Amino acid sequence: MTDLDMSPGDELLELAEKQAALGEVRGGPAADPVNIPMIRHWLDAMGDANRSYLDKGVSPPAMAQVWTMPGVRRGVKDRSPVDDVLAALDAAGYTGVVATNCEQTYHRPARVGERLSAATRFSGLIGPKRTALGEGYFATWNVTWYGEGDAPVAEMMFRVLKFRPRRKSGTPAASTAPYPLRPAQNRDTAFFWEGVRQGELRIQSCADCGRLRHPPGPVCPSCRSTSRSYVVARGEGTVFSYVVHHHPPVPGRETPFVVAVVELPEGVRIVGNVVDCPPDAVGIGMELRATYRAMDDEVILPMWAPRES
Amino acid sequence: MSGTRAAIAGIGATEFSKDSGRSELRLAAEAVFAALDDAGLDPSDVDGMVTFTQDTNQEIAVAREIGAGELTFFSRVEYGGGAACGTVAHAAMAVATGMARTVVCYRAFNERSGRRFGQPDARLGGQPTSQGLEMSWHVPFGLMTPAAWVAMFARRYMHVHGATSEDFGRVAVAMRRHAATNPAAWFYQRPITLEEHQASRWIVEPLRLFDCCQESDGAVALVVTSVERARDLRRSPAVVTAAAQGSAEGQMMMTSYYRDDMSGLPEMSVVGRRLWEMSGLKPRDVRTAILYDHFTPFVLAQLEELGFCGRGEAPGFVRDGGIELGGRLPVNPHGGQLGEAYIHGMNGIAEAVRQIRGTSANQVPGVEHVLVTAGTGVPTSGLILSAG
Repeated sequence: MTDLDMSPGDELLELAEKQAALGEVRGGPAADPVNIPMIRHWLDAMGDANRSYLDKGVSPPAMAQVWTMPGVRRGVKDRSPVDDVLAALDAAGYTGVVATNCEQTYHRPARVGERLSAATRFSGLIGPKRTALGEGYFATWNVTWYGEGDAPVAEMMFRVLKFRPRRKSGTPAASTAPYPLRPAQNRDTAFFWEGVRQGELRIQSCADCGRLRHPPGPVCPSCRSTSRSYVVARGEGTVFSYVVHHHPPVPGRETPFVVAVVELPEGVRIVGNVVDCPPDAVGIGMELRATYRAMDDEVILPMWAPRES
Repeated sequence: MSGTRAAIAGIGATEFSKDSGRSELRLAAEAVFAALDDAGLDPSDVDGMVTFTQDTNQEIAVAREIGAGELTFFSRVEYGGGAACGTVAHAAMAVATGMARTVVCYRAFNERSGRRFGQPDARLGGQPTSQGLEMSWHVPFGLMTPAAWVAMFARRYMHVHGATSEDFGRVAVAMRRHAATNPAAWFYQRPITLEEHQASRWIVEPLRLFDCCQESDGAVALVVTSVERARDLRRSPAVVTAAAQGSAEGQMMMTSYYRDDMSGLPEMSVVGRRLWEMSGLKPRDVRTAILYDHFTPFVLAQLEELGFCGRGEAPGFVRDGGIELGGRLPVNPHGGQLGEAYIHGMNGIAEAVRQIRGTSANQVPGVEHVLVTAGTGVPTSGLILSAG
């Protein structure tokens, strides 16, 4: 939790000045030289039918950034003076981001075979500003692409707004979106969910005949008693059956996920998610232990993890 | 059945599509007109109506659209597709008791272009009604689609009986093969192979796409009246020899996971036992059966619960082509809901009537009795229809 009353402004601006003072920070050479296959794919993806780039062996100017992109694995991404500023903004609670400006200047076409490199200069941080999205800072940086021989190919000015996402008025500091799959509760079932909030798995027991029952209900089917109590389960169980949900998407969930019917040593079954292991590792008979997950600031669900983990 | 015996005297349907382009009420009216025309009756003859609790068209609204007059009986049957044969059961009871003389059963929806039952609905567990509370033990964990609810049973069936995904696939292949020669089927002339089934994507493991029935827009209506009157009408009657509803101990809507055994359909066993008792017939007397096939695994479980084979024997029964045309028990000659259309089981009842009349696109020879079931995994219902 961040202290919302603390103003991190001075520290942020100080860091920004320090990063700007570094000047242009040169990255390493691109992984691949400017090449025909990539140009062909890019033109195809953009729907650009102009063949002259391919014929002349030059890169379309708007492709400048493509040549030095780090790729999805990002393992070899160059450090830039921007990263520390963005990380500090995240840490100060300005976790939202939206790009506001992108201006590119093209100096000359890059030729096939040329290996580009990018240099980044942090240009400035302005804020805090009140915006429609919430309070935030505008961060600006400039990237220059160089070919061989230090002749600049293109330049780009890029600006983002890093903002603190607004909270819904009247609700306490919401760190996550409300979980959409909320259980309905009434006086017959509230004890179970209260237990979950306290990190225990409660099984209804008949106060007269002692029969355990899950899911619970208002009347003991064995002896008609309406006197109810509960026992706290040991929190162990085994998979009796399970499914792996792939499709369609489920609100509040990422697919695939596992749902199991779990048999408890106390003699009842309960449905829950199996977490902390890949779906392939789940099987009937697998031993589990109960765990509890906060789905948002209010809803906590009992779940199941492999017992040995 | 005691009292005045009832029969299905008319059947009617709209086309089966993915986008009807019409309101559900209009679909209902069209199907009812078709069923009345089939029977040779007039809307003014209708004095009773039965539909599903889930149908969005009230009985009085359908009555207004078709120009019916006074109704003396109207009823709804609960539990999704489990209602299908129950509508005929309620209609037959109304005829038997004299509450009504001509009862229309109908189901109309735009289940593909409108509200799709397979799409998660976060409101399922929203209200503390008995059903909302029941759902609340499942929906918060993302267990909230019919495919997922059924998959939980299917996994257990595989575990207990050693069944495989290919065993489920053979059901889908048989249904699509039947649909391929039924011009009314959505999948007319579009059979699939077991390899295609095995290559289809996971929906909820262990169910693949081709284990799940299609989604359809359309409507089906049936006209129920007394056997005596039906004999004077345009078509040969399909006599309601037996009708039953069934719910078993510990029953839930679709998540009866808390009973001792999870590999069967005890509610269908209730229905089956009642049907055999009431009719005095045995499984060998039935030449063809209409088994509710929203998901393939439950076709296997039904064969066992209804006594067409022993427990755990259904995969072998299906492996030998037993449910195909020409097999031991051709199941769903129209292609079922996997192949013809998903009209919540009502199109299956219409096919049973055609089999009795001898007018099906895939007619099974020598049919005297047809057993029909409704939704599986839910409280359900069934019929035995007979020539007469």
